[in-house]
Amino acid sequence: MARTQKKVDAVIVGLGWVGSVMAMELTAAGLDVVALERGPDRKTVPTFAYPKIADELRYAVRYELMQRPADSTVTIRHNTGQTALPYRRLGSFLPGTGVGGAGAHWNGLLWRPNAEELRLKSYIDERFGADIIPDDMTIQDFGVDYDELEPYFDRFEKIVGVSGKAGNLNGAIMDGGNPFEAPRASEYPMPPLEQTYDAVLFAEAARNLGYHPFPKPAANASQVYTNPYGMQLGPCNYCGFCERFGCLNYSKSSPQTCVLDALYQRQNFEYRTNATVLKVELAPDGKTATGVTYADAKGEEVFQPADLVILAAFQLNNVHLMLLSGIGPPYDPATGAGAVGRNYAYQMTGATSLFFKNIDFNPFVGAGANGVAFADLALSQMDFAKNGFIGGGYQSSQQTNGQPIHHLPLPDGTPAWGAGWKKAVGEHYGHSMDIVLQSTNMPYRDAYLDLDPTYRDPFGRPLLRMTFDWRPNELKQAQFFKEKAAEFGREMGADASSSFYPDGHYDTRVYQSTHTVGGAIMGTDRQTSAINRYLQSWDVHNVFAPGANAFPQNFEYNPTGMIGALTLWAARAIREDYLANPRPLM
Amino acid sequence: MRLQILITALALTAGSAFAADETETGEYIAQLGDCAACHTAPGGAPFAGGLAIASPFGDIYTTNITPDPQYGIGDYTLEEFDRAVRRGVRKDGANLYPAMPYTSYAKVSDADMAALYAYFMKAVAPVHKPAPASDLRFPFNIRFGMEGWDIVNRPEVGFTPPYDDAQLNRGAYIVEGLGHCGACHSPRNLMQAQEGYTAASDRFLTGGTLGVWPVPDLRGPESAPQKWSDAELVEYLTTGRNAYTAATGEMALVVERSMQHATEADMDAIVAYLKHIGLPAAGSDKAAATGAGRSDDTTAMLTAAKPDMPEGARLYLDNCGACHTVSGQGAPRVFPNLVGNSLVLSDNPGGFIEVILKGAMMPSTRRAPAALAMPGFGDRLSDDDVAALASFIRSAWTNDADKIEAETVKKIRGQL
Repeated sequence: MARTQKKVDAVIVGLGWVGSVMAMELTAAGLDVVALERGPDRKTVPTFAYPKIADELRYAVRYELMQRPADSTVTIRHNTGQTALPYRRLGSFLPGTGVGGAGAHWNGLLWRPNAEELRLKSYIDERFGADIIPDDMTIQDFGVDYDELEPYFDRFEKIVGVSGKAGNLNGAIMDGGNPFEAPRASEYPMPPLEQTYDAVLFAEAARNLGYHPFPKPAANASQVYTNPYGMQLGPCNYCGFCERFGCLNYSKSSPQTCVLDALYQRQNFEYRTNATVLKVELAPDGKTATGVTYADAKGEEVFQPADLVILAAFQLNNVHLMLLSGIGPPYDPATGAGAVGRNYAYQMTGATSLFFKNIDFNPFVGAGANGVAFADLALSQMDFAKNGFIGGGYQSSQQTNGQPIHHLPLPDGTPAWGAGWKKAVGEHYGHSMDIVLQSTNMPYRDAYLDLDPTYRDPFGRPLLRMTFDWRPNELKQAQFFKEKAAEFGREMGADASSSFYPDGHYDTRVYQSTHTVGGAIMGTDRQTSAINRYLQSWDVHNVFAPGANAFPQNFEYNPTGMIGALTLWAARAIREDYLANPRPLM
Repeated sequence: MRLQILITALALTAGSAFAADETETGEYIAQLGDCAACHTAPGGAPFAGGLAIASPFGDIYTTNITPDPQYGIGDYTLEEFDRAVRRGVRKDGANLYPAMPYTSYAKVSDADMAALYAYFMKAVAPVHKPAPASDLRFPFNIRFGMEGWDIVNRPEVGFTPPYDDAQLNRGAYIVEGLGHCGACHSPRNLMQAQEGYTAASDRFLTGGTLGVWPVPDLRGPESAPQKWSDAELVEYLTTGRNAYTAATGEMALVVERSMQHATEADMDAIVAYLKHIGLPAAGSDKAAATGAGRSDDTTAMLTAAKPDMPEGARLYLDNCGACHTVSGQGAPRVFPNLVGNSLVLSDNPGGFIEVILKGAMMPSTRRAPAALAMPGFGDRLSDDDVAALASFIRSAWTNDADKIEAETVKKIRGQL
């Protein structure tokens, strides 16, 4: 029998970006809020304190800040004919855990999607005709338009603190920014970061090739910054320990640097760590949740009653909890019925390394979101009929670090070990630069999430099962961009190159991106979405699930900007509409 | 559903005026008087005492001042409460140790005393638990001895407004009285009594010592209140940080628990008073500490980072430069400026060395919630390292203060 805690107005599952920002919003509305975080507490000091955090082996190779597969993982298979096996060793994607979540260990790229990407189905129908969409490609509109979300993107960027240059300010195209971006109401909160030499070369080559390069929007502070919560960032020192690390310098935006100390001052907020939510409990009629059951640090089950449940865990875990709790009908790929688990998507990424014998790039100078991008090949700029695939992407330079264990690019054809390998390392270390691709991934009828029939977690719950593989559309897209990167190599006169672009089955062993999305997608039709346009469960109206789980397909840009905007958008609906009259908002 | 009720309730109360009653006034008096600084132990219940205050004569434990009749002050009448706070005499007639700043509280008004009493009796939760007994060496453990001390050192109860200006008088009332700033910021005589209780004394607020920490002078021409603008002073006192520095040590707690709660008018009065009491050439923070005009080749040396640079410079780059930067100036409000910093340059390097060894954290305040912290380097740097590093910082850029010996570091490390 579970112990029962005192009832609260709202319980939040997970204390990362979504959980912490939602907690600020709900406590501001006067609600008593408890956040339950499955991982440990984490603070800049002592958790990320210099110099111990700058330990590549511990954090970047052994993944200290990530979830342990032995505690929590998924099973994966390429198609419905296979038996899925557990993802026992982190590779392709790295879900975080602990206070701050992925917001503590990310690189800090804070983009907005293009307007077209939020109404992709409508856009394609209007522009190219519905026939261009393959039968098994289940593209949908988000159900919320860019113009509606703009104030929330703007607000989230101010909370996070972003260094960048606007390219479209209220419709006016600005020099030095991204001319293809959707209109922004205001300039970025901080000017762009300083650029490393690879970015200078990349920008020059991009211009020569007819593109429009601009500094990537970086949640790495280029100067001192105070956000609307009064939280402060200090200028980044380009130490190169961003991705997979917590920031030692109060420079990378994170729940720690941007939200938590302000949140901890609120008397109506409490958080508990090492508290793994096992299930959302439903009232007998199944129409509302009564709270959540979690396991505390000792494994004891605790029931936390609440009037409002916010699922603010990592995308996969939000979907898992909804499936385990019976929040909405599970998706069946055979019939297309049910919506929970539908439209899982990933991110098509790739990278080309260019080698220059006579250039010392000094890779020790870097920042997570450093670099220059161009968006001339963004989805909104592409002719799908001509290209033969539906998709788009951005390519950019990126010098994040000089860490030798996990980031040691070598030219194609280099031996993988032995004396030849050693010699190549000596020749090429510090003499290469990367061009990275981040591009869209469309959803498919049988790319989905459900509960695994075989494997269980330490709490006895079925693991989440992922059924996913690359499709011809995405593989064609990867090759398209690989060739674009090769043009840079020729333009810049590289001595050698190497590249990684998926060209077959999805390989879970190689890190590609932690941008797993979908599975509990938002929309305006309860038959094809798990949550409505306010991120509210269609079936259990006091459960909201803002997060990347809401994306019907993956856009080309990094997800955090959209996740933050959706969180604030959902919070507004809760505060201004739902609380006064709790009910399905659609 | 409960949410609905809650929202209705919020809507009903939102428009009503805030009714300030006596306990609320009393809470504010307790904040300005910073009772919690000593009477609430870290992690302990509010005002339940138990904080150890180190004195040259042994540890003094603060008492339980919750309204518990047995272990707290629940059976104190207003008169008895008043006698303890303003005269330093306990209910049973015994004298309090002057770690309790009754010599400053003597200036608190009758009305404020009544409000403070109401707050402690009505709004503070009683804690039925004794605080530990103090542990003073003979003869200081004989409270009887305090009577003689009081005869010599205790000022009369009451506050005579010294100025023709209401704001300055309010500032004096807070700084000299309720806020008891002099308890730390004034030197102490051989009897450990505060030197001067008003600005009429040119020893008052000219700096002191707290444990190994130097407590800055507030009156000399090089002192912070005399150098900084009003706005910079307000920012420091209410947020624990400004463009130059950050509150560390005990002052961080003073900001967090007391100063941040001061009303705008009271804060302006505090600042006006501090500005008004500047002295032409007193105090311990000397201009000589920053060799103004000396050429600054430190930044160039750190930027070049040649392997043969002095060890202190190398240690600085390896440990400090990421935040405080090659210029030593850090970043305003986030990373304190080490150039011309009074803690760095003090004749008493104890606080500076303790920060290097143990780290420091800014207070979390309403206006500046970020509890920005510097990690300690004591587990990484030896006494020799710290001495070389501290000596380097004290002489780098335009800083010009004495070298630190490893022996000094060892001594301070031993006291942590």
